[in-house]
Amino acid sequence: MKGLTVHRFSQDALSDWMRTLGPDSDVVISSRVRVARNLRKQPFPMLATSAQANEVLEQLADVSKSGKLDEVGSFETLLLSELSELDKRVLVEKHLISPNLANESRGGAVVLSENESVSIMINEEDHLRIQCLYPGFQIGEAWALASGIDDIYEEVADYAFDEKRGYLTTCPTNVGTGIRASVMMHLPALVLTQQINRILTAVTQVGLAVRGLYGEGSEALGNLFQISNQITLGQSEAEIIDNLHDVAKQIIEHERAARKRLLAESRLRTEDRVKRSFGILSHAVIMDSKEAAQRLSDVRLGVDLELLPDVTPQVLNELLVMTQPGYLQQTFNEKMSTEQRDVRRAELIREKLKVAQIQD
Amino acid sequence: MYCQECGKKPATLHFTKIVNGEKTEFHICEGCARERGEGIPGSPNSFSIHSLLSGLLDFNAIGNSSSALSGAPQQPIRCEECGLTYTQFSKIGRFGCSSCYQAFSERLDPLLKRVHSSTTHNGKIPKRSGGLIQCRREIERLRKDLHTHIEQEEFESAATLRDEIRELERKIAEM
Repeated sequence: MKGLTVHRFSQDALSDWMRTLGPDSDVVISSRVRVARNLRKQPFPMLATSAQANEVLEQLADVSKSGKLDEVGSFETLLLSELSELDKRVLVEKHLISPNLANESRGGAVVLSENESVSIMINEEDHLRIQCLYPGFQIGEAWALASGIDDIYEEVADYAFDEKRGYLTTCPTNVGTGIRASVMMHLPALVLTQQINRILTAVTQVGLAVRGLYGEGSEALGNLFQISNQITLGQSEAEIIDNLHDVAKQIIEHERAARKRLLAESRLRTEDRVKRSFGILSHAVIMDSKEAAQRLSDVRLGVDLELLPDVTPQVLNELLVMTQPGYLQQTFNEKMSTEQRDVRRAELIREKLKVAQIQD
Repeated sequence: MYCQECGKKPATLHFTKIVNGEKTEFHICEGCARERGEGIPGSPNSFSIHSLLSGLLDFNAIGNSSSALSGAPQQPIRCEECGLTYTQFSKIGRFGCSSCYQAFSERLDPLLKRVHSSTTHNGKIPKRSGGLIQCRREIERLRKDLHTHIEQEEFESAATLRDEIRELERKIAEM
C-alpha cells in the first residue's frame, strides 16, 4: 500500500500542478512559497532526541490525518524512513522534498497533496515547513495558500513565536516571517544579449537573492534562475511578496523585450540556434545533463517565439525532471554509470520529442 | 588588505552584502576559508550560509573577548532550556530551541541587523496564541490615533478612542 503511494509520486515526472500553464508562463516556470514554523515546547530538530522527533512527527502528522486539511485537498503522508534512497532522490529532483529532509532528518515525513502543489515537510531544519508551488507567475496565490495551511496547523500546534522576533526558526536567516518566496524564471534572451549580470546585480541590491537552478552554485544550467527574498525579519509578508512580485514583473518585461530584439535583429541566427538544438536533441545518442539543459533551454525559447510549433511547454517541463540522474535511474530500473546514463538520457529525450528512433 | 579572521595573511576572498542599500564587506584569506572546511574560495558554494553566519558571530566574539581582557573570566552564555552555549551557536549558526533567542538576546541584535537590516518582526501573528500581542498592537495604534485627535482638538472622537483602549486593556487583564 505504502509502496503504491510512493510510486505514484515518484513515477510521474510531471506533477499535476505543472500540467496547466500559469500566467506569464513564457518566462516564469513556477512560483513557490515556503513557510517555516516550530513548536514552542520542543527542541529544534537539530538537537531533538529520536523520541522528541517522533513526538513532533506524531503531533504534526495528526493534522493531516484528522481531515483538517480536507478543504485544501486530499493529502498523503510519507515517512522518510520507509522510502528507498532512489524514491527520495526522485522526490528531491521534483522539488517535493529538500535534500536536507532526504538525507539528514530524523523522524522526517512529508505530507503531499494529490496534485503535488503542496508539500509539508516535518522535522526538516525546522519542525514544520509548508511549501506551495504554483505554475507560472502566481506568487501571491502561493502565499495565500501557504498562509491558509499555516492557520490550520496553528489551531493545533503551539508555535514558537516571540513578540519581538516573530516566528522563531533554527536558522537566524529565516526568523520573523519564516517565509521564503521564489520564482523560477527562464531568461535565455537576457543571457544571450549579455544583460543578465547587470540585471541580477540590480536584483541583489533590493534584498533579493538569485540562484541558478540545477546548477552548481551560481552557474545557471539551462538559463533557469531562481529569485527569492533574502530578508525575513522587519518586513511584513505582504511587503516581501510585493517586492518579489514587482521585481520579477520587471525582469519578465526585460526578457520579453530582449526576445523581441533577438527576433528583430538576428532572426536567422536565433532560428538556427533553436532548430539546431532541436535537431541535436532529436537525434543525439549520447547527451550529458549539462548539454541537455542548454539545448532544452534553446528549444523552450523556440517554443515561446513560435519557431517550433510542434513542441509543447509541458513536454519541456517534463524533460526538466526526467533528465535528472535519479529519475533516469528509476525509469530504467538499473544502476548506471555516467556514460550509460547519458545514453539513456538521449534515448528518453528522443522519445519524448516524438522523433523516429534510430534503430540499433 | 589583511584577513579579517587571522589578521596575518592578505585577504583573497572578498564578499560584499548589500541589504537595503546598506553595505557590509568581508575580507578573508584562503587559509581561513579552507579551515572552515568549506572548500576553496572562488569555487561555487565555497561559503555556505551557516559558515558565513558563524563568521559574523566569530567576529563579535573576538571583539568581546579583547575588550574583557582585564576582567574576570567570563561565564559562558548558555541556553538553560537546551544547553546550547553561545560559542556553539556561533560555530554552527543555528539555534537549539526557541528559548535560545531569549538566552542570546543581547547579542542577536547586531547579527539580525546585518542579515535582515532589522531586529523586530513586523508581520503575521498567530491567531490563537497571538491574541494578547494583537491586542497590544491595537492599543499602540489607537494611542497614536488618540494623540493626533487631541492635538487637533477633536475631543469627541478622542473620547471614543479612549474608551476603545480601556476596553482592550480590560480584555488583556482577563487573558
